[in-house]
Amino acid sequence: MRVLGLILAGGKSDRLWPLTKVRASAAVPVFGKYRAIDFTLSNMVNSGIRKVGILTQYNPRSLMDHLGAGKEWDLDRKSGGLFILQPYVGPNREVWYRGTADAIFQNMTILRRGEEDHVLIGSGDHIYKMIYKDMFNYHLKRGADITLLVKELDETYNLSEYGIVQLDQDMRVVEIEEKPAKPKGNIAFLGVYFLNKELLKELLYATVPQGKYDLLLDVVIPNLDKLKVYAYRFDGYWRNVKKGIHEYYRINMDILKKEVRDELFYRNGKVYTKLKDLPPPKFTSTAIVENSLIADGSVIAGTVRNSVVFRNVRIKVGAVVENSIIMENTVVEEGAVLRNVIIDKNCIVREGRVVEGSGDLPVFEKRAVL
Amino acid sequence: MGNVVAMILAGGQGTRLGVLTERVAKPAVPFGGKYRLIDFTLSNCVNSGIYRVGVLTQYRPHVLAKHIGIGRPWDLDRKDGGVEILPPYVGRNESDWYKGTANAVYQNLEFLEENDAELVLVLSGDHVYAMNYNDLIDYHLLKGADGTIACMEVPLEEASRFGIMITDVEGRIVDFEEKPPKPRSNLASLGIYVFNYEFLKRVLIEDENDPNSSHDFGKDVIPRILRENKGSLYAFRFDGYWRDVGTIRSYWEANLELVLPVPSFNLYDPNWRFFTHSEEMPPAYVAPEAKTSTSLVSEGAEVYGEVFNSVIFQGVRIGKGTVVKNSVIMTKTEIGENCYLENVIVAENVKIGNNVKMGVGEDAESKLDSKIYTGLLTVVGMNSTIPDGVVIGKNCVIGVGVKPEDFKTKKLESGDFVLPREE
Repeated sequence: MRVLGLILAGGKSDRLWPLTKVRASAAVPVFGKYRAIDFTLSNMVNSGIRKVGILTQYNPRSLMDHLGAGKEWDLDRKSGGLFILQPYVGPNREVWYRGTADAIFQNMTILRRGEEDHVLIGSGDHIYKMIYKDMFNYHLKRGADITLLVKELDETYNLSEYGIVQLDQDMRVVEIEEKPAKPKGNIAFLGVYFLNKELLKELLYATVPQGKYDLLLDVVIPNLDKLKVYAYRFDGYWRNVKKGIHEYYRINMDILKKEVRDELFYRNGKVYTKLKDLPPPKFTSTAIVENSLIADGSVIAGTVRNSVVFRNVRIKVGAVVENSIIMENTVVEEGAVLRNVIIDKNCIVREGRVVEGSGDLPVFEKRAVL
Repeated sequence: MGNVVAMILAGGQGTRLGVLTERVAKPAVPFGGKYRLIDFTLSNCVNSGIYRVGVLTQYRPHVLAKHIGIGRPWDLDRKDGGVEILPPYVGRNESDWYKGTANAVYQNLEFLEENDAELVLVLSGDHVYAMNYNDLIDYHLLKGADGTIACMEVPLEEASRFGIMITDVEGRIVDFEEKPPKPRSNLASLGIYVFNYEFLKRVLIEDENDPNSSHDFGKDVIPRILRENKGSLYAFRFDGYWRDVGTIRSYWEANLELVLPVPSFNLYDPNWRFFTHSEEMPPAYVAPEAKTSTSLVSEGAEVYGEVFNSVIFQGVRIGKGTVVKNSVIMTKTEIGENCYLENVIVAENVKIGNNVKMGVGEDAESKLDSKIYTGLLTVVGMNSTIPDGVVIGKNCVIGVGVKPEDFKTKKLESGDFVLPREE
């Protein structure tokens, strides 16, 4: 089966501010060396998808730099490969994408060309590991028009922030409520669509020219009666980084649990990312490291507990970092103390500085000097 | 500057590394947590702006060939130039194995010709160092030399282990002594040469036609140039870090030097990166109950035990209650719970069970080969499995691919060894 992958990665996400001041939410750094988009992109590549279009719009520089020619995902291909789909000015057309459906509609060429029969649409800011093959088989066996990926969410998710799905006993989707104030269930749509390419083209032509721009609200929901929309259940780890700073923090802390590491890093293929060729992390004689993830190029001379330390970070002698996320190239100088904070790339925490966050998680933006 | 082509001699077996080079050529031996020895020379080339590189292989080349591939990690996947693996091939003779370093380059004169070489850098693929070859080349051009040899001042008492250069005040080499018992100078050759191509071609053809030659640069070609006054050779003094990690002891020491607060060899210099082909792995994880200090712990490693003064490669697992001290543990090795490892080198893909002790007990001479295994270090070859509860002494050797049933006893005295059963 030939499948075209599309990743919606244009999102702005004010709720991740200031991490998204300089980057799209899909480019937000996670787990010491990755960016959020690595997961969906690796899932697609690991599922045998050889042609992937990335729909970008907001602050795309860091995302573009990260993706490059797609080399790290083996997507630097003569046929197929990686396509960056940015809005552009052309004759008789609008510039910015007005919604998810509009974004795909404006890139109709990638749907028209190529011999793919199906399209998998995913989101660039979801963290999960999955091989999509079973979902494809399910879609075909069911004779579905559209298959949506869903998951039963537990109490650690705020249900009214998700699309809540009602299913009949046959797993057919009968109702979707986007961000309902009073959710009627706990099965949420995970933003992954699988459908026939020709059908997608038809649906887009029937809606977008009428000024309806959202894939879920304007294309899928109004057609639930007419089309056979089925749900495919995912039971693994799934989180959306876009849901806010606390969610972002939580996701990064989750990786300190063995079962989450095993699932995200070692099951269903690898997670690929842009390599940096840094030397192995070094722990000096004064280092104390407990329950932490330490990425390449970092030199730890201080104390690090329950934290995620990105690449090329320096934690100097006498510095203490606890329950924190320290991004690339940041230097924590001698005697500084950081607790419950998120520090973006290229920051400097001055000698002896003490920063403690509590319920209100302090986030320090890129290149900050504390 | 003329067109520079680098020829990396990577055929060496490195017999003094024992089981570590039983399955791989010495340039492919892992080093420093994620690298292989040849990465240093390859990275020096690209960091010096040299993008035409031939790698001369011979002994067990497949790990090396896979590692180098099309040269992508070093940006050597070029439309023009790039890296080319040059194995021996059947030519005019039934088999043209490389007879020596000089013969290996001689057999690839065509490659140099095709690449329009004006200057040829002859390098070894198994040294650990950071050198900007442009300094060497600039010196070579400034002196108007036919050939220039990179040299390093070594302590006079150690000079008899090296090829020693005797120079005049201008730096021109007037004499050369291979491993002299009474050295007249302390300027040792590093096996790094730059030659003018036409000159090199001439002396290599002459050397090839000499029936008494062993066709080696250090033993034959260099002395002959000096003896017969064929051309001008200069000595370029290098004062950085350079190591030929040719013995088990020196290999272990050079690895452990990397964990020092200010190591003499800096892997962390952002202006002189070392590139490698490595597997995609997540960052290292250190558990709540773990203790890790004075060590390198590479990506993909998960440490639940204690690691001191050691180099831990990618994807290594160290179980709860296990202590690893003064050791080098290579890629994807798994160590169970409550083990104790001291002064050991464990090669790739080794499985060590629970409650295993290694490197403990009295000192003893190796019963396997007292010339190779002298360092009181216990060495485990790749792909071996060590069953639960085994106690292994100092200076022991566990061969390559040893299976649990190859252990006749639960206790191995110092100096003893276990090899895989012959099939």
